[in-house]
Amino acid sequence: MIPSRPLLNADRVRFAGDLVAMVVAETREQARDAADRVVVDLDQHPAVTNVDAARQPGAALVHEDFGTNVAYQSTRTWGDVAAAFDRPHRVVHARLRNQRLAGVPIEPRGVLAEASRWEPVLTVWSSTQIPHGVRDELAAFLSMPQTDVRVIAPEVGGGFGAKLSLYPEELLVAWAARRLLRPVKWVEERSEHMQATTHGRGQLHDAELAVEADGRIRGLRVRLTADLGAYPMGVGLGPLTRRLLCGCYRVPALQVDIESVYTNTTPIAAYRGAGRPEAIFLIERMVDLAARELGMDPVEFRRRNLLPRFETPVTTIAGENYDSGDYPAALERVLENADYRGLRRRQDEARAQGRLIGIGVASYVEMAGFGPSGDLFESAVVRVNPDGAVTVVTGTSPHGQGHETAWAQLVALELGVNPDWITVRHGDTALLAAGTGTFGSRSAAVGGTAVHLAARDVQEKARRIAAHMLEAAPADIVVRDGSWHVRGVQGRAVGFRDIAQVAYGEGRPADMEAGLEATRYFQPPGLVFPFGAHLAVVEIDPDTGALTLERYLSVDDCGRVINPLLAEGQVHGGLAQGIAQALYEEVAYGPDGELLTGNLTTYLVPTAPDLPSFSLDRTVTPSPVNPLGVKGIGESATIGSTPAVVNAVVDALAPLGVREIDPPCTPEKIWNAMLASRSR
Amino acid sequence: MPVTDKVPVHLLVNGEAYEVMVPPYKTLLEVLREDLGLTGTKHGCELGECSMCGVLVDGKPYLSCLAMPLDLQQAEISTVEGLANGNEPHPLQRAFAELGAAQCGYCTPAMLLTAKSLLDSNPRPSREAIRQALAGVLCRCTGYLKIFEAVELAAARSSTSPPAAHV
Ligand code: FES
Ligand code: FES
Repeated sequence: MIPSRPLLNADRVRFAGDLVAMVVAETREQARDAADRVVVDLDQHPAVTNVDAARQPGAALVHEDFGTNVAYQSTRTWGDVAAAFDRPHRVVHARLRNQRLAGVPIEPRGVLAEASRWEPVLTVWSSTQIPHGVRDELAAFLSMPQTDVRVIAPEVGGGFGAKLSLYPEELLVAWAARRLLRPVKWVEERSEHMQATTHGRGQLHDAELAVEADGRIRGLRVRLTADLGAYPMGVGLGPLTRRLLCGCYRVPALQVDIESVYTNTTPIAAYRGAGRPEAIFLIERMVDLAARELGMDPVEFRRRNLLPRFETPVTTIAGENYDSGDYPAALERVLENADYRGLRRRQDEARAQGRLIGIGVASYVEMAGFGPSGDLFESAVVRVNPDGAVTVVTGTSPHGQGHETAWAQLVALELGVNPDWITVRHGDTALLAAGTGTFGSRSAAVGGTAVHLAARDVQEKARRIAAHMLEAAPADIVVRDGSWHVRGVQGRAVGFRDIAQVAYGEGRPADMEAGLEATRYFQPPGLVFPFGAHLAVVEIDPDTGALTLERYLSVDDCGRVINPLLAEGQVHGGLAQGIAQALYEEVAYGPDGELLTGNLTTYLVPTAPDLPSFSLDRTVTPSPVNPLGVKGIGESATIGSTPAVVNAVVDALAPLGVREIDPPCTPEKIWNAMLASRSR
Repeated sequence: MPVTDKVPVHLLVNGEAYEVMVPPYKTLLEVLREDLGLTGTKHGCELGECSMCGVLVDGKPYLSCLAMPLDLQQAEISTVEGLANGNEPHPLQRAFAELGAAQCGYCTPAMLLTAKSLLDSNPRPSREAIRQALAGVLCRCTGYLKIFEAVELAAARSSTSPPAAHV
């Protein structure tokens, strides 16, 4: 049984941030005053705010009729786990925690709805990553045809997964606008964002890695406990983590037990990486711990276990078809760029002087481009006006990724049109019957491919028109430098604008309809697996625990790159968020369920001086699952950077005997770890 | 509807004089956005924690979410709408666009204005000076690096002196 989430929760409040009442007023001030006068009379019940407490027998229940806080449970094994753990050279144990994080797009959520008095039409502007998904839900909720509900996601100020769920406010505001026949607007305050907008991560892992004396991995056993918060919005995240637990390595045996547990906290859902950073954090920490127990350099340990280069899909023991990869190349590249051996030498010298320097490496793989299954296609229209101006409509819903630029580039390439003549439109359900949206590093691999295919279709028709105009065979027409030539014949050429004019006017082939546009829905045959290797160098002040992130190097492989500037931007932003998980950010609750990090002075989003200069590099391993060969870059750097930095922190403290620090590695935690080691 | 006493407020924004009738408790952020229609200035917290609402008051960065218009009637207020010279983008705007220093763009107005204030007083700032000057303005998208580079590019283009080693 999956408990559904009531829109307004007058009976039982399950987390600080549950909605209990809605006030609609003429002005913001009136609404605030009226909301202040709503008296919520609550009896206090005991709360469970962490998974360990929530799964104890007799724990207070988040959903009483459900009878337990454990919402989902599964055990899966692959390979001979018993044999792998039967007298291996060594078994490394660890309890690893992925703390709860908040998305904090700098633009909060907001919804504006307007119902027309004259037509049965409802227009909803929402700061969302999934306008079509919101439209579908609204239409179903209000029993309206989808064509009468228009959802517009205008320029959205960041999402990171926090705007990937349908929220009660979207339904309530739309409902009120229809009922009142007045526009109704709601904009989230920052404290509401911290409380009520979905959080991310929140997983606890008890892991065991069995290894041979030479470092080869024999098997991995994981007990994964996922915090769901109060409602099951992210119930798929634990299983998603499971799918990627092998990371970049050959793992011959795997057992994963999952429990997803309700707590009296904000629901957990997607946050940049969503389930995949948790997996890579686990395997990358375990690999470092195992190397240390074997007295082996962590890089050497990785070299012995990485999957070798592959250009066509390989299947992991957990059944994932990795599309293509060259993990050793990415690792060697980052080591070379960092002068790894030199770094280790300098580390030895520094340690001899009592300084605490740490070097952390992480090899990561990501799973992206959802999806080959279900309804996760992406749509695109390429439409040419009679004057040759091109409109591209995309089902992706960018909020800073730069699809306007990248999709225009893809179309310009196929049609020989100046990008200034291409307009990319997105985030408006009136323009496309269906679309999926932007999340999970899927936009280029799925949405970009749909745009590419539509542009190809237009090119095909334009080629026939050009051939007709130039009295040549379509196969002999080539597009170059903005004009359409007959191959090998100088001077016989037409421009795209001439072709567009003919497409709608005189001079078409007799059997051809007017018009020049194409619609495509692309559903990929498989997922894409971006990958890379990151390296961090930290120094810790032995007197205070204060940490400096001295250097950060990344090598990321997202297949073919459409636009290097945009790809770099995604890496930079991803690094900032992954490093923030390692060092700064954590959502915390008090024992009674009160949120302790309800604003930006308690929840530490990194500021300009907090981050180092990043040094980026890439390898290029095209994906075989889409014609562009692209993979996805939105989440990669987030996934690689958290373990790289935490590995560096633990490495810095290794001489003191410190084995584990849970992120965020704050100066206070580092200080306490140093104290504990000194008193040992 | 309760009667709210509105008062006349005189503001000088981007060199233009405005007179508006507003309730005295409205913040400068609200008046800019709602009464003057200057929606380039953003709200991110309205608590002084994020600087999305940053404008310049007499050339200095100022949080409009904490400012009361009645206090600023003698001041010169600049918002992002006043940055370009007609159709000609400000050098900072041009550099931000060229280098990809804006992703979602929500922090960009405040970043641009804060950077402008820095360059007005320190035409060739060091990287460290840029980091410190922008310290309060949050950006969740870019990791800040391209923003620093864009400020440096704009500075380099508008000045002939080399960047300061330390300022
Ligand atoms: S809106 Fe955040 S500081 Fe003003
Ligand atoms: S570009 Fe999105 S917050 Fe800075």
